[in-house]
Amino acid sequence: MKTESHLEKVLKAGQFAVTAECGPPKGSDVEALKEKGKSLLGVIDAVNVTDNQTAIVRMSSVAACSILKSIGHEPILQMVTRDRNRIALQSDIFGAYAMGIRNILCLTGDHQTFGNQKAAIGVFDLDSIQLLKTVKDMRDEEKIIGGESIQVAPRMFIGAAANPFADPVEWRVVRMAKKINAGADFIQTQCIFNMERFEKFMAQAIDMGLTEKTYILAGVTPFKSVGMAKYMADKVAGMDIPDELIRRMAGVPKDKQAEEGIRISVEFIQRFREMKGVSGIHLMAIEWEHKVPEILELAGLKSSRAN
Amino acid sequence: MIVATLKEIDEIRKMIDRYDSVLVVGCDSCVAECAAGGSRETMLLTAALKLSYLKDHKNPTITEAVLDRQCVDDFIDQIADQAPEHDAILSLGCGAGVQALARVYRDKPIIPALNTLFIGETVSRGVWQENCLGCGNCKLGYFGAVCPVTRCSKKLMNGPCGGSKGGRCEVNPEIACGWDMIIRRLDALGELDRLTEYVPPCDWSTSHSGGPRKVIREDQQP
Repeated sequence: MKTESHLEKVLKAGQFAVTAECGPPKGSDVEALKEKGKSLLGVIDAVNVTDNQTAIVRMSSVAACSILKSIGHEPILQMVTRDRNRIALQSDIFGAYAMGIRNILCLTGDHQTFGNQKAAIGVFDLDSIQLLKTVKDMRDEEKIIGGESIQVAPRMFIGAAANPFADPVEWRVVRMAKKINAGADFIQTQCIFNMERFEKFMAQAIDMGLTEKTYILAGVTPFKSVGMAKYMADKVAGMDIPDELIRRMAGVPKDKQAEEGIRISVEFIQRFREMKGVSGIHLMAIEWEHKVPEILELAGLKSSRAN
Repeated sequence: MIVATLKEIDEIRKMIDRYDSVLVVGCDSCVAECAAGGSRETMLLTAALKLSYLKDHKNPTITEAVLDRQCVDDFIDQIADQAPEHDAILSLGCGAGVQALARVYRDKPIIPALNTLFIGETVSRGVWQENCLGCGNCKLGYFGAVCPVTRCSKKLMNGPCGGSKGGRCEVNPEIACGWDMIIRRLDALGELDRLTEYVPPCDWSTSHSGGPRKVIREDQQP
């Protein structure tokens, strides 16, 4: 074991891991955060805490991780390089580890022009791969950028994101390999809707021996409605949603669409469980966290992780 | 070249309305190439200002002049006689030109007529593209002569990010994805191997992050 992370333990034991996303509130509402967190307790292995996702100002991910940990969660600290320079990034990693956070997901982040602070400066002092290497060097070499040594190194279990569907397509596995070489112990993918393309991506990853070096968790997002499916297909960067899925959502009455969306997710999860090289799933049920237990139960994944 | 665009006349008016006489000074270098502050634009702006004041029944003295380069003292001297005769100077130079005029004509208010945007090239008639941020540590040789610092909206050195779609940037489909260009160009050159190596964090101390920069060359000094 590289770390004291519970997620690492689960993955190392060969259990099919389940992580889910929990977005911090827009404000300092601790109770709302705890409420969201409670619905995920005992059904997932670790909770991803987003870092000002889509560049919308929310409670800091470090603080939200700490609050979720206090109610019994294993948090994964999402950290983007958009808003902090290397001084702030490294300092926050020290602080997060000091508060008992053992997992980190290193991201560049959506561009600031997407959010509610469009006039903000984008920092981008480091990119996500440089952040991965930084966290790895802090843990394994006990050094910060520039080579100075540190007292009590943060021993984080390090994650990275991968999007199999962005362009240039032929470059996607190469980029994931770069992330793994830089220090990614685990990968959480962008939401998968195009199974065929994802299977090809995984076959390539297996061929390159990447699944021997890292754990890949496949991204799952349930549609609440056909409107959401269309919106994601048209507006959200880096999505590949086959028309067939949108037709399937449109084919059921409005009041049954949420159910259909969940059914699709459950079918996907079952396929991921069978898929070679996939070590788990990452559920991104956006503002629908309370549905996660139901999805996992339907997919037969809930009972095994009650603690 | 430095690329700039003309400010709205209302904004210019707000800054110069307090003066009775204004010397409008163009620059026949970069800003002439990008059709923002050369002889032609200086003439047009002067005429537009006069018309605008006429509509308001005002008649300030507005004189036009154009320098070959507004950022070099030897050329700035070309308006040495006209400058004292005016209350203020309205500069159609880039930000460097405005500040150079202010250094030379210490007692004159210098007002910018342009918004200075970037270092770029004329890619086709009427189209200017930003392609250098002046980071002070040129790595174009590793990236197929496409700058990741400038052409990638997130300054990614190990890109492309997950928002690249059909060669377009996630920020705006009008923006070409810098990393898509890098990959295509290196692929065409047979040098894709350059991209498999990890690129460490940049040293931004050579950029503006190190404070305002200055080049001093003794061999060039008198």
